[in-house]
Amino acid sequence: MLTASEIEDGLEDAMRKPDPVIDIDNLSLTFETNDGPVHALSDIDLKIEEGDFVSFIGPSGCGKTTLLRVIADLEQPTAGSITVNGVSPEAARLARAYGYVFQAAALYPWRTIAKNVALPLEIMGLSRDEQNRRIARNMELVNLSGFEKKFPWQLSGGMQQRASIARALAVEPDLLLMDEPFGALDEIVRDHLNEQLLQLWAKTNKTVVFVTHSIPEAVFLSSKIVVLCPRPGRIYDVIESDLPRERTLDIRETPQFLKIAHRVREGLKAGHSYED
Amino acid sequence: MTDTALAAPSRGLNPFAGLMAGTAGPVTVVVLAIFAIWYVAAVALNTPFQMDMYERGDQTDVPFTQLVSDTLAQERPVLPAPHQVAVEIWNTTVEKKITSKRSLIYHSGITLSSTLLGFLIGTGLGILLAIGIVHSRVLDKSLMPWVISSQTIPILAIAPMIIVVLNAIGISGLLPKAMISTYLSFFPVTVGMVKGLRSPEIMHMDLMHTYSATRVQAFWKLRLPYAVPYLFTSMKIGMAASLVGAIVGELPTGAVAGLGARLLAGSYYGQTVQIWSALLMAAFLAGTLVALIGLVERLTLKRMGMAR
Repeated sequence: MLTASEIEDGLEDAMRKPDPVIDIDNLSLTFETNDGPVHALSDIDLKIEEGDFVSFIGPSGCGKTTLLRVIADLEQPTAGSITVNGVSPEAARLARAYGYVFQAAALYPWRTIAKNVALPLEIMGLSRDEQNRRIARNMELVNLSGFEKKFPWQLSGGMQQRASIARALAVEPDLLLMDEPFGALDEIVRDHLNEQLLQLWAKTNKTVVFVTHSIPEAVFLSSKIVVLCPRPGRIYDVIESDLPRERTLDIRETPQFLKIAHRVREGLKAGHSYED
Repeated sequence: MTDTALAAPSRGLNPFAGLMAGTAGPVTVVVLAIFAIWYVAAVALNTPFQMDMYERGDQTDVPFTQLVSDTLAQERPVLPAPHQVAVEIWNTTVEKKITSKRSLIYHSGITLSSTLLGFLIGTGLGILLAIGIVHSRVLDKSLMPWVISSQTIPILAIAPMIIVVLNAIGISGLLPKAMISTYLSFFPVTVGMVKGLRSPEIMHMDLMHTYSATRVQAFWKLRLPYAVPYLFTSMKIGMAASLVGAIVGELPTGAVAGLGARLLAGSYYGQTVQIWSALLMAAFLAGTLVALIGLVERLTLKRMGMAR
């Protein structure tokens, strides 16, 4: 139940500016295990605005993936509140408000690439024409046109991950949640996909929440970098990037880029991320 | 160094390397070994009776070659020789009309029909049970122990009961025998399908969750395709069990037709050659049926893009 003061706060927020896409307030998540409670997330406060590209960065166990899963309604917080598009994560999920890209491509091996992209569309019950239209458009968006009839195992890891991005985009959500999507790929492929992802973001103006443990990746992609620290998982620093929205890989050599990267590294160090 | 350069000398040293390279070589060796053991065993096991015969006929000093050929040509041997069984099978299949009561094909057909009917019902039942067990915790807890304990009851003991009970309510003919096949074949299918339907990776299930897919959608689009390889494996076991069930169903009921009836009649009259030919026919039937499922499996998986 909302208290009167919370409603007032909400009204004030609403009058000031458009609602954030994601509004997390004092959120905690504790897993009960046999060895006692594990504080995966503790007192998380975060607002993500429309059109933001937000990266969660931190070491393993800092709760960055858990936080993304909370947004996606794949985990339930134990305290605090969170809204996605102004409603609960569950309502947002039921409204298919987001596309989710996992660490692995998670393509279904018995479906061709086009059929994999069609999977969420079939579940949404779209017409055959609409499905084909969206398949063609999103396959093109990730540069996979011509691979419609291939099975996943016939594609390289990078192409598989692009197909899974096309599948997430086919839902046509305004919000894209990505959980270390390029973590399993080699650096050359990763650089290439990072550039493509930025172009995609510029073209579609979606809100992206991106989990990574790579500092260059986070700085290169993001308009906002959230540094998380472990035990308990918490936000240590939020960095608004002043890099221009249009970027090429060359930007990684500039002083501005290195300055932001340095601040991220300092944040991870101060948050004891490098211990043990 | 290349592989060929490494392999060449060993081929030169071992004269059997080429023979044993494919599958034909090893299979031939095993078959020949089985025949050799079979013939030696046939001679050894049939010798006492043959000695009796010689004693009664006051024959002495029978040469060993005579003894061997006599032991392999008895009318009711303890262990018939392979060629005797082969001749019997030839006579009762190719030489007999299919409609004849002495045709092994006729009897195989009877057994086959109840095997297939029982297998179909068993597979269907197994799949339905698995779906229930996977989707309902209550069914999982309440059904699974019964499914497992059902297989601990000796089928030979329960088979006559099933036939008596079904006869009492007016069901006779093919169905009672098929029920025993069903009883044996639903189990591997249930267990295999439960495993298969539960096998999708967590990530794949999460994906369905992010799409807000219903349980029905998740079943058709994820769980069922995932379970297909498991289904085929358990169907192979179920098919073999089904044939055993059909034969067992023919044994205690005084059935007049079917491979089980042939086995029973053979043992009444000491017709060991007839028993062995029925046994081999059953084995051949099972092998063919399982191979057929394997063929369907390969075609299905290829169509699904899951065969590499």
